[in-house]
Amino acid sequence: MNGASTMRRRLLQGVFLASALVLAWRSVDLMLLRKDFLQDRGDARSLRVVEIPAHRGVIRDRKGEPLAISTPVSSVWANPRQLMQARNQWPVLAAVLGMKPGRLAAILEPRRRREFVYLKRHVPPALAARVMALGVPGVALLREFRRYYPAGEMAAHVVGFTNVDDQGQEGLELTFDRRLRGEPGLKQVIKDGKGRVIEDVEGIRPMRRGEDLVLSIDRRLQYLAYRELQAAVSRHQARGGSLVLLDPHSGEVLALVNQPSFNPNNRSGLKSEYFRNRAVTDLVEPGSTIKPFTIAAALESGDWTAQSLVDTSPGSFAIGRHRIRDTHNYGRISLADVIRKSSNVGASKIALSLEPERLWNMYRAVGFGQIPGAGFPGEAAGHLADWRDWGEVEQATIAFGYGLSVSCLQLARAYTVFANGGLLPALSVLRREQPASLQRVMSPLTARAVLRMLESVVASGTGRRAAVAGYRVAGKTGTVHKLGREGYAEDRYLSLFAGMAPASAPRLVMAVMIDEPRSGEYYGGVVAAPVFSRVMRESLRLLDIPPDAPEFHGSTRLVSLGGEVKS
Amino acid sequence: MMRLATLLLLLLLVLGSALMVVKSRQDSRRLFAQLQSAQRTADRIEEQWGRLQLEQATWATHARIVELAHERLGMRVPAPADIVLVTP
Repeated sequence: MNGASTMRRRLLQGVFLASALVLAWRSVDLMLLRKDFLQDRGDARSLRVVEIPAHRGVIRDRKGEPLAISTPVSSVWANPRQLMQARNQWPVLAAVLGMKPGRLAAILEPRRRREFVYLKRHVPPALAARVMALGVPGVALLREFRRYYPAGEMAAHVVGFTNVDDQGQEGLELTFDRRLRGEPGLKQVIKDGKGRVIEDVEGIRPMRRGEDLVLSIDRRLQYLAYRELQAAVSRHQARGGSLVLLDPHSGEVLALVNQPSFNPNNRSGLKSEYFRNRAVTDLVEPGSTIKPFTIAAALESGDWTAQSLVDTSPGSFAIGRHRIRDTHNYGRISLADVIRKSSNVGASKIALSLEPERLWNMYRAVGFGQIPGAGFPGEAAGHLADWRDWGEVEQATIAFGYGLSVSCLQLARAYTVFANGGLLPALSVLRREQPASLQRVMSPLTARAVLRMLESVVASGTGRRAAVAGYRVAGKTGTVHKLGREGYAEDRYLSLFAGMAPASAPRLVMAVMIDEPRSGEYYGGVVAAPVFSRVMRESLRLLDIPPDAPEFHGSTRLVSLGGEVKS
Repeated sequence: MMRLATLLLLLLLVLGSALMVVKSRQDSRRLFAQLQSAQRTADRIEEQWGRLQLEQATWATHARIVELAHERLGMRVPAPADIVLVTP
């Protein structure tokens, strides 16, 4: 009995041991000896999960014209592990891709253990077809999107651009990247040994398209603004320039251009300096263009009226070691003439008569020292020192625009106050579906009074070249000494003009800045005002805004709907 | 007897539902393949639409319209004296 039982136990142990050995051998066989063959078989027909790339949203102008649009393109990629085994085909592949054979090897050799490497991105469809026709193992196509910007350089700073991976890098492409981007889907596919999709098996997650973006920009106005600014910058050999055109009632940005610009479709070899959206990021001292706000603060105080007189003779006066000068001795002039003739002495004397806090509140209320919030990346807030830190000199010089800094966008926005009867709109670079939120910053009476003064600037003051035939135009010139490394530079200027039309009921507000004109002329009224005039004239015509100037009505026949001819 | 019949019925039901699973999976794959091919067509059409939009935007550039209006059609911006303003 004992003998038989031992026997059976041995037998059983033997059987178990044998099966264990067989299993071990089998696993050695599969995992080590036949690995390559099996791996190959497995790769030859395999289920894979792949991404369905999401379509990036289109950026359109307010009329629906495309400003940025994605089109599908192919990128050629390779699995280096497989491609390493087909070295003999490398020269042909390199030739079709338009590369030197050495370059292809340089891409592949360091990545021989990887499973993915781009050979060439964003190739035209014909080239993609030729590459696939070679049938090189391990080489496949990947569907990607390339972004096109039909408006090219004229809207480059507004729209911005994406990088090769379709991610927003600058401009609104960056601000609204999440909305534009969408979400890639996932699907399961069967691929063959060359990495090509043979069959779609099932969807795991559907792709979600990116949202389209409708901007407040009007492509036609943007083009006009770009053309005129570019012409002015090159005529005056300026370093650069910016122009912002706003709808004062809705707070929408209708056009925003900068010089120098760049072509977003081909950015190779460009310095990042060109990408800077000067109109929103660059800060300058506003100079005389700030005087209307100084005057508005004076009118709001109740101590001054438009007819009040201020003595500016003898054309300069001293505060401490500082001397404030006018170009002429204007004598005793009214507030309106301080604006019309742009008297620094007058503006300073008025400012010194006011509570510093009141003055500061006015500048602050119209948006100086605060981010304008239109939706561009990197909008500058500018600098406006707290009134408690002002001395007499600061209070006197800030009245004519030195000692604070603003961007072109901020300046344009501030001027909407006079176009809006004292209301400041929230800005938007997207087309508004609802009316803008407005904030009261001065009484309608004050806004009206300053608007009339601004009109006299264009009618008979420093801004005559901003006039537009047929329309009443209001605005203010500015000529600013630029701050150099050692104080104010004598020969480097900034020419400014900010204004609006038609003055009877303003529909458009514009600010123009020309940076360092070097052709000899540098006054804002000579360099910047003509740009304003030309862009405004065409914009008013394109937007069908009726003329409001009396002299226009003198030479034009007026027909009332009854059909009766008045003149 | 009764128990056997129930068992048999359940077995049949299980078999039936298993076959249904196979069929519906097959269907879903077939439909997905169809969807994908439809999607590819849609992509192709979309690509073309994008290209056409770009082309249209190029033809409709403001500069080109102005030039054509001036040169081919002999149009000009009217002088104030040529304008008749109709007011309500």
